[in-house]
Amino acid sequence: MIITFPHIGNTYIIAKSFLDDFGSEYIVPPFNTNKTLELGAKYTPEAHCLPFKLFVGNMLQAHQLGADTMLITGGCGPCKLGYFGEMLKKTADEIGINMDVITLEVPDQGFKELAARVRKVSGTSNIFNIARVVNDAKNVAVQLDNIERLARIKRARQLEPGSVDRIYRSFQTEVLNYKGSKEILKFLKDIEKKLKKLPVNEKATPLKVGIVGEIYTTIEPYANFSIERMLGNMGVEVDRQVTISGWIINDMFKKALHLPREGEDVRESKAYLKSMVGGHAHHTIGNTVVHAKKGYDGVIHLYPLGCMPEIVSQAILPAVEENHQIPVMTIIRDEMTGEAGFNTRVEAFVDLIRKRREEHLNEQNKMLYGY
Amino acid sequence: MVKVGIPRGLYYYKFSTLWEKFFTELGAEIVVSDKTNKNTILEGANHCVSEACLPIKVYYGHVINLLGKADFIFLPRFTSISRKQYICPEVAGVQDMIKNSIKILPRVIDTEINLRKSEKNSWLAALYTGEFLTDDKKKIKTAYEHALEAYRNERRIMKSGVMVDEFKQETGTLPLRVIQKRSTSITVAVLGHCYTVYDSFINMELIHKLREYGIGVVTLDMLDYQESKERCKELHKNLFWDYGTRAYGGIIQLIENGGIDGIIAITSFGCGVDSFVIELVEKKVRSESDIPFMKLVLDEHSAEAGFCTRLEAFVDMIVRRGTIDNNVSTYR
Repeated sequence: MIITFPHIGNTYIIAKSFLDDFGSEYIVPPFNTNKTLELGAKYTPEAHCLPFKLFVGNMLQAHQLGADTMLITGGCGPCKLGYFGEMLKKTADEIGINMDVITLEVPDQGFKELAARVRKVSGTSNIFNIARVVNDAKNVAVQLDNIERLARIKRARQLEPGSVDRIYRSFQTEVLNYKGSKEILKFLKDIEKKLKKLPVNEKATPLKVGIVGEIYTTIEPYANFSIERMLGNMGVEVDRQVTISGWIINDMFKKALHLPREGEDVRESKAYLKSMVGGHAHHTIGNTVVHAKKGYDGVIHLYPLGCMPEIVSQAILPAVEENHQIPVMTIIRDEMTGEAGFNTRVEAFVDLIRKRREEHLNEQNKMLYGY
Repeated sequence: MVKVGIPRGLYYYKFSTLWEKFFTELGAEIVVSDKTNKNTILEGANHCVSEACLPIKVYYGHVINLLGKADFIFLPRFTSISRKQYICPEVAGVQDMIKNSIKILPRVIDTEINLRKSEKNSWLAALYTGEFLTDDKKKIKTAYEHALEAYRNERRIMKSGVMVDEFKQETGTLPLRVIQKRSTSITVAVLGHCYTVYDSFINMELIHKLREYGIGVVTLDMLDYQESKERCKELHKNLFWDYGTRAYGGIIQLIENGGIDGIIAITSFGCGVDSFVIELVEKKVRSESDIPFMKLVLDEHSAEAGFCTRLEAFVDMIVRRGTIDNNVSTYR
């Protein structure tokens, strides 16, 4: 059994450390490119969402390298993600490739089935062993998010353009040479030190932009044309509250242990969206409010075409925009790979918030918020 | 008398009797918005985000139509209408979408309907709704029971195959194109959410047209839900959308029953649930039967000619399959 998994930002490092520790055989699929999307779109109906198409693309590319089992996470919410496992399996059968899909979630059949699936992946049924490995993987996730956060802050202040990206990019490929959570964690710590040492402009007061929206599109750089890097190199500090480590801690650990897991963002969103609609709609709205309260200059809302929960939040965001006086721009990603149009919109938005801040400082607040 | 406005959209097409009976028993006057028309869609599309699907936009239009006509507006928040199942996220969030984008709303009766954990929650929802109008718990209880009875009665009638005339949207509001009667012994299943199947404006009088062709119509409401739920167990993971269970289980029942000559699936552009469900259904139909299957996607563009052409071609194909030969492709 050779395992593979879809790409979501740097999650492959977490999955790698997890599978290394179990000693399972696996293949990291090639990074997402236009080729991946092309492959995925070829075999899926047009109405499916972008993440699903890329998942199929990852699956096919990994299959060419010899993988025969795909590991994904699931859910049972009204969002389509909960049904990806079944649909991926059906798609694989239809294409005619031999690919098993293991969904890590609590299925209809209960915890026993989950345990069986974990055993299949790990090859061990020692619960302490599994718990330790999962905990180590969580530590890797937390460390990764620290690096990402640091890179975002440094990028907006770097003295030599591109110095952060040089370290950041090399780490993404170099990490594949390390094996097991211990080595990876050590390597990540080194990278963090390297990043910390980079000289920065201490006096800079960069514009601050929050990124909210659907988790896949906000995290996977291919799905958002590396918006974090793009903004960072324009001298804008980016913040993204929805992270993989946060997701692992909140939606896997706390949910399984039935701990309260309502963060500040969800509390803030209750005024706008009372009931659960699945996906990250609550986080999107709540984080926009949180960013506004922290004095951010703007918020960019990203989601793939046809994402149901985010359509709900898109309809609600103008109210947040007005109440908190924060500019919000919604960008919807589909299969069109025209990066220039995307850049233009982001640049225009940054120009707008820069102008807006200047006028704020001169106390002549005439700019319209939004668009 | 207190006026309660009910938008004629989304789950009105399923629960109209229940709601109307309930509010009347409580002594309220009911104002239902006008039937869907061009203006409804236009107004709705103007106020709604462009990415939302057609039924949501139409619902917006109905709410706008009610402004100024009623003291209360009934905008229930659906989370789930059956055990362990969800509703589409857009429908679940439509109330908040409306509250945050239409500024001048009358008082909203914002009942949450969540039967995911227990079906007894429907009584709690009724109690919450009733308390907007009266303090008398007993009165609410009686009204709830009567409404439930009326609703069950209507469901029973529908199951026997009688259409409760497209929920009071009497047919023939649009001039039909010249339709020639094709047959008298063909039955077609129309698959879709209740708010696309029974809203005769947005589906361009599909059901009326089929009847004029002389074709019998079966909808998902005529099938047994428990049976559908049972049939869905063949999937590795149960569908967690109520509509998905109904459609997938329903289609298996229809295939096994063998009494239908064609399946028309209507879906609205951008419907996330349908993108998966109709896909599953289509694969099922194509792999396990030779029943002709056609998918029609609806959006705001109401170009009827193209719609009619496809429908006519589909119907002619079914008729010829029956009379001339059996070699006509099942594809469209």
